[in-house]
Amino acid sequence: MRQARVVYEGRTLMATPCATGVRLSDGTELREEQVTWLPPAEFGTVFALGLNYADHAKELKFQGAGGTAGVPERTECADRTPPSHASARRTCTFMHYECELAVVIGKTCKKVPARRAYDFRGYTVANDYAIRDYLENWYRPNLRVKNRDACTPLGPWLVDGRCARSDGAAPADLGQRQGHAGRQHPRHDLRRRLPDRVLLRLHDAESRRPDPHRHARRRRRLQAGRRVVTEIEGIGALINTIE
Amino acid sequence: MSLTNPSLAAGDAPATVYGALLNDRATVERLAEAFTQPPYKAAPKAPVLYVKPRNTFAGEGAAVAIPSQAGAVRIDATVGAVIGRRATKVSEAQALDYVSGYRVVSDITLPHENYYRPSIQLRCRDRFCPMSEAVPAQGFDLAVATLRVRVNGEQVHERDFTGLVRPLSRLIADVTEFMTLEVGDVLLVGPPEGAPLARPGDRVELEVPGLGKLSHTFVSEGNAGEER
Repeated sequence: MRQARVVYEGRTLMATPCATGVRLSDGTELREEQVTWLPPAEFGTVFALGLNYADHAKELKFQGAGGTAGVPERTECADRTPPSHASARRTCTFMHYECELAVVIGKTCKKVPARRAYDFRGYTVANDYAIRDYLENWYRPNLRVKNRDACTPLGPWLVDGRCARSDGAAPADLGQRQGHAGRQHPRHDLRRRLPDRVLLRLHDAESRRPDPHRHARRRRRLQAGRRVVTEIEGIGALINTIE
Repeated sequence: MSLTNPSLAAGDAPATVYGALLNDRATVERLAEAFTQPPYKAAPKAPVLYVKPRNTFAGEGAAVAIPSQAGAVRIDATVGAVIGRRATKVSEAQALDYVSGYRVVSDITLPHENYYRPSIQLRCRDRFCPMSEAVPAQGFDLAVATLRVRVNGEQVHERDFTGLVRPLSRLIADVTEFMTLEVGDVLLVGPPEGAPLARPGDRVELEVPGLGKLSHTFVSEGNAGEER
């Protein structure tokens, strides 16, 4: 089961995939470029986990015994249609994207035991942009780098979590293929650790890097007009354009 | 929600709460030497911000749980400006036009001196941001306001807002230079130097004449009385 939210002729509608592209909740079938894509649900808070890949942690000399590093980010929401990176256009020289697997929380939860940790709503794709020109060593990653308007596209599909396997592998064997073993904390362990410390509410999306660090974080100059695709097999391809 | 843990009134919950650090001149002076040392290496240029996500929101009378291993928390007693209309790249001169009200805010954190990569478990625990109801901005001037903190009836801290590195109007201008503040967002003007500590069993009262009072208590985690 996968669903999206789109705008068509001024109306916001739920949508599902079909042969031509998308089928709206009123039955209309359209090509994907005929609609404006919204994030697949109205998300609450996006928690981005840091230092969850062994090679990244090693690079930063991070010892795993600490807490779950991370930063709450504002949900920003443009996907497929161009998000407004306008403020970055003239001044930014060093911007990178991060393809993230986002776990969408379906109900309020706290102190979740590992055996129930997979009882969440589903997955989507996030692109966690960072404007590194503005990196400062104060409360990193600082909000001027990470919390800019429209710099966390999410979507396009929300994929039902029930297709996740009981051993925690994501759809399409994502975990194994992308080096799941390199994670600092096994996924179920993270599920246990994070809710132990914060309360996650309906539609809170917990982002997680699906690729090994070296592949997920491409530090490069992204020019205006550049089309960026972050795709996770079995979840979807999130497309946005740098303005 | 039980009576011992009232949430904010329906319709009164903020959208996003942002806090500004290192905005008390006394704190900046104390840390001046560290600014040039690793891991910081340079003094901050932009406002140093953090988010209090919605799991931290709480209202008058909240019972806030302190993890047993922590023992104490710090109360970064402050005032939050409520944004009344969308603010993007706002000038300092016009910044206060975007403020519709103010809240007295008990910005709770596990004590820490690390400004480099703090973990969210320090500032972002459940109910770690009790707030008073928003009071309309008309007639309130933060520049002449005082804030008193009482723990179990005894005054332990008093601050004003004359020593801010970035006064509110400047703070709004510098924040909205790189990110939009939306209607209902709350921007905290920052912790005071010498913020007081509190422990399980304590009753805390914050008072800002002209804005009102905010009271809440602390309990031990595991003894919070409510399971969700």
